Amino acid sequence: MAGGIKKFVVGSFDDEKVLFPAVKNVRKAGYKIHDVYTPFPVHGLDHAMGIRETSLHTAGFIYAITGTTTALTFMSWVFTKDWPLNIGGKPNFALPAWIPITFELTVLFSAVGMVLTFCYLCNLAPFVKKHHFHPRATDDLFVMAIECTDKTNDAEVQAFLQSAGAQEINVQVAETGWWIGRYHKEQKLYKEEKGY
Amino acid sequence: MSLLKYESQLREPLVDGNKDYHQVTEDIIRPIEMKPSRLWYIGFYISVALLLFGVYSVYREVTYGIGQWNVNKTIGWGWDITNFVWWVGIGHAGTLISAILLLFRQGWRTGVNRAAEAMTIFAVMCAGQFPIWHMGRVWMAFFVLPYPNSRGPLWVNFNSPLLWDVFAISTYFTVSLLFWYSGLLPDLATVRDRAKTKFRKMFYGVASFGWSGSTKHWQRHESLSLVLAGLSTPLVLSVHTIVSFDFATSIVPGWHTTIFPPYFVAGAIFSGFAMVQTLMIVVRKVLNLQDYITIGHIEAMNKVIVLTGSIVGCAYLTELFIAWYGQNPYEWYAFKENRANLFSPYGWSYWLMMFCNVVSPQLFWSRKLRRNITVTFFMSIIVNIGMWFERFVIIVTSVYRDYLPSSWSTYYSPSIWEIGFYLGTFGLFFTCFFLFAKYFPVIAVAEIKAILKTSGENYKVKMTDIEKADAEKFYIEEVAHPHH
Repeated sequence: MAGGIKKFVVGSFDDEKVLFPAVKNVRKAGYKIHDVYTPFPVHGLDHAMGIRETSLHTAGFIYAITGTTTALTFMSWVFTKDWPLNIGGKPNFALPAWIPITFELTVLFSAVGMVLTFCYLCNLAPFVKKHHFHPRATDDLFVMAIECTDKTNDAEVQAFLQSAGAQEINVQVAETGWWIGRYHKEQKLYKEEKGY
Repeated sequence: MSLLKYESQLREPLVDGNKDYHQVTEDIIRPIEMKPSRLWYIGFYISVALLLFGVYSVYREVTYGIGQWNVNKTIGWGWDITNFVWWVGIGHAGTLISAILLLFRQGWRTGVNRAAEAMTIFAVMCAGQFPIWHMGRVWMAFFVLPYPNSRGPLWVNFNSPLLWDVFAISTYFTVSLLFWYSGLLPDLATVRDRAKTKFRKMFYGVASFGWSGSTKHWQRHESLSLVLAGLSTPLVLSVHTIVSFDFATSIVPGWHTTIFPPYFVAGAIFSGFAMVQTLMIVVRKVLNLQDYITIGHIEAMNKVIVLTGSIVGCAYLTELFIAWYGQNPYEWYAFKENRANLFSPYGWSYWLMMFCNVVSPQLFWSRKLRRNITVTFFMSIIVNIGMWFERFVIIVTSVYRDYLPSSWSTYYSPSIWEIGFYLGTFGLFFTCFFLFAKYFPVIAVAEIKAILKTSGENYKVKMTDIEKADAEKFYIEEVAHPHH
């Protein structure tokens, strides 16, 4: 699934204290930040970049109540309608005895649903490949990728990043989506190169 | 992942030494990239040998039937269910560290959470073996699942604690696995991006699911971890509660008590932390991670051990008191004659349990002993022996003399295949743990980086500097307007 080939100016920072004002200045100057890749969650960076809050937890809640409802309706149906069993003379609709299983299924549905949603939203799966702007983005660098349009002057953006405190600056042409398969050293898709 | 915004300078650093982000990556990931040591091979082969012995023991049990074990009509559960409860209990510490301590914002959890969660998963895998093979006709194991079948359809009994167990253990395993693996993704990506060999690039490329470290992804990852922690916290309490229901909802003297759920949960955390100590003390030494799993971490876990050990002790005394106060002759007989009487057949196991779980952990009121690695290591083993005997006492001493003296059991001791099965689960556990320590980052790299600047030794103001500083100036800088 290709997201399209685009051109980026990439700058890497080695300190989050320099990164924060840089993000602010880049946004103020009107450049479009494609993304910032960090080795660990940097608190407040999402707000600085103007990313909205995630609603993943809401999804988790919906999965949870789905689990609760599934458990309760299924057990009620089995024990009161499909096959009522006399268990020690107790009532068929034995709600207190169903609490443990209802609880377990609530947790199970919520956890599994949330993890799958998380993987879907972030395009995470085995064998999925993406363009990585800098191999040290998972080690010790904070890597900012600025998207270029036809009108963008990359030399200007590079100079701007330099003044903002970026260490390594370069221009990369990259696929923005994800794919399954191989890519060669320059991170270009084989598909693109061979023309099919 | 740290939710800490400010940390008191009075606290001990959580990461020792002069570290920067790259150094953290180097320290934790280098062992994965090197050839395993001879010690690793020796440990791994011993584990595999134990595992094979376990497989053979189980083969005998399946082929010739439960008669291969010395369990009998009176003591039906014996070693098997003792081991089941013991392994499930061990798992609990991992979830406590990763979930409950996350909600309580305890920064020290980052040093040990990854390995403790792995321990949870492997311990639950071991625990699951016991009820499954105890079924005898194991090819019928799928009968415990509620699926439309050709027997009616005859459904499972949703009112039975044994079925609650099926749901509790399988949910616990699934959720722990998801929590652990979603936390591993960023660290596996770090290993992938450092990989030099083709195989390693491919393996970690597949394992890391294409993680890139995007800010939006981190934001979702944080949300996911927090909610999974919130779900795991009641889950872990429910699992051992439900395991205790296996006993408490029956009317067997010695089992039929309402104190069981909290008492089992405390005991589970107690034994789980002991197992974390056993593993961590070895891991930090072998993989040279003393800067990340510090004496401070070991002390913090010892504090949990003395707390939960005392809760367990309190529960033992409470149930003894209630057995007497309740005036039920059968209940009191189970406690007075079957357990507390040292000269009854299993009296020794009761007092061994009392000594290991209640008396010995009291040593940890001493700060000096809490911070002593040798003492901690021995104590962790004593606690686990004690907690095994707790389950043995609960199961065997409650059932070996039932209401009908003619059915009283002769002395029960396990057969070699019963012992072999138990040793086999040790083999399974340690085989998995050795593979984990070799191929996965045993410490959460990204989480350590996130707390490095608040809790790293070289970023913290030194205590001696604080003591020398002007009190008023200190107040203004550190308390009224913290510069973090």
